Amino acid sequence: MTRYKIGTFLKYLFLTIAAFVSVFPLLWMFISATNSSIDVLGGRLLPGSHLVTNFQNLTERANIPQAMWNSFRNAAVSTIASLIVCSVAGYGFEIYHDRGKDLLMRILLLSMMIPFAAIMIPLFMMVGNFNLLSTTTAFVLPSVATGFLIFLFRQSARYFPYELIEASRLDGLSELGIFIRMYVPVMRSTYATAAIITFMAGWNSYLWPLIIMQNADSRTMPLVLSNLIAGYVTDYGLLMLAVSISVLPTIAIFLLLQKSFAEGIIASAR
Amino acid sequence: MAKPTSLKLHTKQNIVGWAFVIPASILIFTFFFYPIGKAFLLSFQTGFGANAQYAGLVNYKRLLSDNTFKTSLVNVLTFLVLQVPVMLLLALALAYTLNDHKLKFRALFRTALFLPCATSLVSYSIVFRSLFALDGFMNALLLNLNVIQSPINWLANPWTAKLVIMLALTWRWTGYNMIFFLSALQNIDRSIFEAAIIDGANGFNRFFKITIPMLKPIILLTAIMSTNGTLQLFDETVNITNGGPTNATLSISQYIYRLSFQYSPRFPYAAAMSFVVFVLVGILSAMQMRVGDKR
Repeated sequence: MTRYKIGTFLKYLFLTIAAFVSVFPLLWMFISATNSSIDVLGGRLLPGSHLVTNFQNLTERANIPQAMWNSFRNAAVSTIASLIVCSVAGYGFEIYHDRGKDLLMRILLLSMMIPFAAIMIPLFMMVGNFNLLSTTTAFVLPSVATGFLIFLFRQSARYFPYELIEASRLDGLSELGIFIRMYVPVMRSTYATAAIITFMAGWNSYLWPLIIMQNADSRTMPLVLSNLIAGYVTDYGLLMLAVSISVLPTIAIFLLLQKSFAEGIIASAR
Repeated sequence: MAKPTSLKLHTKQNIVGWAFVIPASILIFTFFFYPIGKAFLLSFQTGFGANAQYAGLVNYKRLLSDNTFKTSLVNVLTFLVLQVPVMLLLALALAYTLNDHKLKFRALFRTALFLPCATSLVSYSIVFRSLFALDGFMNALLLNLNVIQSPINWLANPWTAKLVIMLALTWRWTGYNMIFFLSALQNIDRSIFEAAIIDGANGFNRFFKITIPMLKPIILLTAIMSTNGTLQLFDETVNITNGGPTNATLSISQYIYRLSFQYSPRFPYAAAMSFVVFVLVGILSAMQMRVGDKR
């Protein structure tokens, strides 16, 4: 019995330490956003009164609203475009499948093995040739269609009852009509999962915008954050406020939609 | 009468089907397959644009004598060998501990452990950079606890800088991997564990004799994903250490980025390097699948 108790105690101890380590850096970040740089460096762990000052200093150094809007616009356009293109394709690959389309699908899945670093130079050259540098279009184009999202929607179309499609055809609905009126409403949870993954990926994207967003007005939050650490003297209060602002939306999505979030992560590994 | 109409209907549906899949397919061919082919061709050239010339294996030969490339390769492999196994074991242990229906605050623990996944790579990198700065929180804490007598310059020393990168990676990705293990554990029939308990297997034995073998496919999957991610490491090394001190944490992706977009662009040479990454990712994933099959 005592052995059981020790085991239970160790279990809770392990989880508590791990949970604390997981949460602490973020807690420290939020607290530091309200403190002066000197207090942050002194190791102060209580909320302070420097939030407004930090905010004023931050707005002097970087155009945060512009960067937030850029990040949001890029991520939102990318999400809407990929959801439409990939869900249509995933549905098509499953519902109208034949040998040709099955083969094509298998080829498309190979694209998931290509590391971004291996294609970024040609992609950059393409975007440059089309005069698309510093645009949302350039940000979005390479990620509109991904093997993973097509696969995700094809899997969900697999569980869509075929009788429903045939009945709708008899009712005179067009093929596109069946997709829009029958499939889309039923597959809301797949769309939610796909939307969360795509939005987060767009919001957090760093390497691709770093290359293409050369115009200062087109910079997204990760780029602005990365620029803030470039100076000689770091104002930690200001820096932590900027980081806090950038993670607040994703943490909100995470806390509100944790289940879809977890499903998305599992689905994203096929 | 019936046959021609159904045939017509079938052709019509077939055309619609292709119309559904073609836009996405064109996009994938344009933005994945064309660029990888282009990178491959580029890697056999020297010069750029109008000055481009076919140069055979020159770029690949140069890779062999490029010490910075070797350093970045060794750095990334060091992260891979030291960090990935520790992280996966930790994630597995956490998932195993959490997968207990009698556990109190289960949802709270899970949320806390999973929370780091909600942060972008640049954001958490900056938090870690600040925590481990010379005048940062970690040093203040360790000095106050009398663990150290003078502050450690974490990011300026090759091994401590590597350590900070690995700690940061572990912080960000342990919960992520734990989610995979947790969902797999929930699919294991609980009667197997109950039978093992009746047979007198202790927790340790249950973990190593039942859980690990049953989770083999998921362990393999997470290992492949982690390998893939580590080989492409970029955001963290750029924003925590900027590859320093003296390239001690430089990743391959960051070196490719430097060659391509900082100083004078050397696209063909960088393309050769990026093609090596592509092949490396393929080989390491194939190796892991082989090892996984044998056991």
